[in-house]
Amino acid sequence: MIVRELELDLDAFEGPFDLLLALVLKEELDLRDVDLAGIVTAFLERLAEREELDLEACGEFLVLIAALLELKARALFPDEAAELAELEPEEAAEELARRLAEYRRAKEAAAWLRDRLAAEGDRYFRLGPAPCAPKVETPLAPQDPESLAQVLRLLAQEPPEVSLSHMALRFPPVSQFLERFRALLQRRSRFDFETEVGEMTRLEQASAFLALLELRRAGELSIEQAAPFAPIRVLRLEASPAKPTTPGQKTATPSASLGLTQENPAEDERTAAWTVRSA
Amino acid sequence: MDRPLRLIPTDPLDKLARTLEALLVVASAPLSVDELATAANDDPERIEDALRLVGERFADERSGIVLEHVAGGWAFRAGREEAAACARLFERPAQRNLSQAALETLAIVAYLGPCSRPDIARIRGVAADSAVANLLERGLIAEAGRDNGGGGAVRYRTTPLFERIFGLDSLSELPRLDDVGADMAEIRDRLHTVAEKRSA
Repeated sequence: MIVRELELDLDAFEGPFDLLLALVLKEELDLRDVDLAGIVTAFLERLAEREELDLEACGEFLVLIAALLELKARALFPDEAAELAELEPEEAAEELARRLAEYRRAKEAAAWLRDRLAAEGDRYFRLGPAPCAPKVETPLAPQDPESLAQVLRLLAQEPPEVSLSHMALRFPPVSQFLERFRALLQRRSRFDFETEVGEMTRLEQASAFLALLELRRAGELSIEQAAPFAPIRVLRLEASPAKPTTPGQKTATPSASLGLTQENPAEDERTAAWTVRSA
Repeated sequence: MDRPLRLIPTDPLDKLARTLEALLVVASAPLSVDELATAANDDPERIEDALRLVGERFADERSGIVLEHVAGGWAFRAGREEAAACARLFERPAQRNLSQAALETLAIVAYLGPCSRPDIARIRGVAADSAVANLLERGLIAEAGRDNGGGGAVRYRTTPLFERIFGLDSLSELPRLDDVGADMAEIRDRLHTVAEKRSA
């Protein structure tokens, strides 16, 4: 298999590989327009058609495609060339000479290192990480044994038992009371809030009161209280039939009400010194 | 009593030399006089004296060990006559097989360091990434901060291991390279001739 005869069918070029190379070298074809991956694919397809792996062809192709890739990369990033091209010929020559001199020095230094390495090649020594990190001495100020004993005694004491009482606080869901009051108002047109919640704990009463406010807000009932601390009377609103609150309101309200009850658990309906009248 | 009293050190120099030998044999990197002084719990001047004693002890033909000052500290190494036996015991260290690209990169870092990969690429005219990675892996160079006060490219410098492999006490032992030779002047002249033709 001869690499140069590889037939190519690319967007920018159609024909044998060596013609492509010739055109690129004569600068009649801009390498930036050539799809190099396409060339690789074409070569690999040709390679796959054969049963044997042609190492010589592979090597030749690798060299050629690598050279093309480098040329293309340089064409795509022309900054350095432009830098030199912008200079006057005299300046460019000086800049080139300077760079060459710099590289010459680097090569010279490399040559010295190579010679040195050869001359010092018979140096054998222990190599590797330190067996342990260097020991750092941190001198301590003299300490009083009695104060150490005191601190130990403090540590030896059993710590006070952590109270878990707050874990028992359960805030009954407001939604539970929403359902309950709705059911109640279907059976009766009015009820007394205090008689309904009289048996409950203070937390339950608080949740129940929030449920009441929620229903009032939704326009499902009205609330009356004759005077501060007077019994709260709940009335069914005949005009608007009970409609369920939207799920969004349901989920939003309990969390807000929890915040309220946690902050002011003592403020239940008994301390509310106001009267709500139905609209 | 007309003779003045002489202060006798608590430990004779001979004992201190024994301690230094022990420290040097367990260390895997050269130890500075200060490090030795701290470890031996003695003062640096006496350490220097004791080191001379150790050096003399190993200088004669009886020992296969050599005491040397390298990479800014003191270390033991095998005598050169024993290199063949050492080579049979160990594989050739990876640090000793360096490609031309690696040597040029190492030279640039040693002479101009700390310097970054773009610096190296600018001088050599090709990307330095693989040569730098190679040298890093061999422990001959190490990272040393960044360009532009921390925000730029990583900079590299040579390591104490580099000095040790190349048998240098410090980087100041590298030869000066100011003189690039007469042919450089010739190249410059040729470039200028070309430039004149171009601009004409």
